[in-house]
Amino acid sequence: MGKGQNGLDTLVWLVTGLLGCAAATLSPARRAKPYQRARTISHLAWIGADSLPIVSVIAACVGVILALQAAIQLEKVGALSYVANLVGFSIVTELGPLLTCLILSGRAGAAFTAEIATMGISEEIDALEVMGISPVRFLVWPKFTAMCVMAPLLTLWADGVGIVSGGVFSAMALGLSGQVYFNQTAYFLTMRDVVGGLVKSAGFGLAITLVSCWQGFLAREGAADVGRRTTRAVVQSIFVMILLDLFFTALNYIFR
Amino acid sequence: MGGRLESPDIVIEDVSVGYGERVVLHGVDTTLPGGRISVILGGSGCGKSTLLRNIIGLVPIRTGRIVLGGRDMARMSPDERLDIRRHMGVLFQDGALLGSMRLGENIALPLREHTELSDSLIEEVVGMKLRLVGLADFIDYFPGELSGGMRKRAGLARAMALDPAVLLCDEPTSGLDPITAADMDQLILELKATFDMTIVVVSHDLASLRTIADHVVVLNQGVMPFEGPLAGLDASNDPFIVQFLKRQPSRESRILGDSRASRPDRRPTGAPQTGPSGQAREA
Repeated sequence: MGKGQNGLDTLVWLVTGLLGCAAATLSPARRAKPYQRARTISHLAWIGADSLPIVSVIAACVGVILALQAAIQLEKVGALSYVANLVGFSIVTELGPLLTCLILSGRAGAAFTAEIATMGISEEIDALEVMGISPVRFLVWPKFTAMCVMAPLLTLWADGVGIVSGGVFSAMALGLSGQVYFNQTAYFLTMRDVVGGLVKSAGFGLAITLVSCWQGFLAREGAADVGRRTTRAVVQSIFVMILLDLFFTALNYIFR
Repeated sequence: MGGRLESPDIVIEDVSVGYGERVVLHGVDTTLPGGRISVILGGSGCGKSTLLRNIIGLVPIRTGRIVLGGRDMARMSPDERLDIRRHMGVLFQDGALLGSMRLGENIALPLREHTELSDSLIEEVVGMKLRLVGLADFIDYFPGELSGGMRKRAGLARAMALDPAVLLCDEPTSGLDPITAADMDQLILELKATFDMTIVVVSHDLASLRTIADHVVVLNQGVMPFEGPLAGLDASNDPFIVQFLKRQPSRESRILGDSRASRPDRRPTGAPQTGPSGQAREA
């Protein structure tokens, strides 16, 4: 089955292809060839390592912002030490995954769309099909794998940076002892909170890859369409992430 | 399927193709003979590239069938189609090289995907294919660093990577200067002589047609006014074919009058003219 003529057909083709790739990873006879593994590693490096600086800066800023906002309210009730709880919980369960993946959507997702769209317009995807190489396996699966690995790892990093920056700021500006801050954080946060945040981020990563690659395969009409599809991919990815966030958060509440 | 196809015929039976409401080809019937070079000729937008994409299997046909090596392309399973494509090499109009990979990696890609050859053997084969098209020194270049003609030759090298039985070329000489176009024609002839393959070339290049064609199919507005040997094309009285071969414009110029009868003087104003003695004089 080839790429479809319309959006829905193409999405079905893409999802079916990804499921096929997932099944192939379980079959020794159909495992990835060395050059495909090299492509996945290259994506891991690009998505992960290259995103570290910006994720770090954003996470550090968010930690300070949350500490400040929390302090304004908690000071009034003499509960300043609970700044740690609020910063830790907000970052780990919500802002860490969401902001990290928003960055990935704008950075990696847009690049995925632009790359695939440009390849489609210059017949490179047709060339892959003619060479008997599945465009989903060659182009999408390495991105998908890399994103599902790196989104949680980057989120974990962002969580750590955000909590530490909140703690440093609290010690320097709010007079909150560092030891109190980190003890409070460790006491209040549970493994369920941390894992829940990482599962969210993996889900966001999946959504970013699927939406971005889908939009890329839909490009038809030249350079202007590449731009349109890239913009659409970022906007749609964000929308889907927010919906997923609502879903995961509701699930977490129901099974609290 | 397995095994190598040997210069197969490509049989096109009553093929109709369309995009949405628009029908591009109506009931095309022809056989592209095995081991020969068939040129599909026609004006811009006549459906010749669409027919090529039907043969490749990138665009589905509405009615009819395309039979390659005895197999109906539309009724193949995905595995059968994959097997047929291993015997097919395609040169796209701009080469369609993967821009993120170096030339050597582009040529190696089908070898890495479909063979169990070691890296060193793949490197040797890649070197051979690039020498075939005169690009051995460019193995580490990215496609973006090459000229249009070089990209086409590299695309041809990749199309030849698995020694296909069928080679399909979409306008291989378009955008090339006459010398480079002639080089491309010669390359195609050399491939036919060396590898005894079935070659299908989509073109509107008349010079190329006369150099390489064994068999010609003409398309015009979705139908096929001619198919047969080149000599038969020259003898055709079909108005479109006559106009096409004589490069006559389709309409009278409002500025130049009926330019189909005479050519206007194309020298720039002020340019010196030569007198009977051959010496320049003022216009």
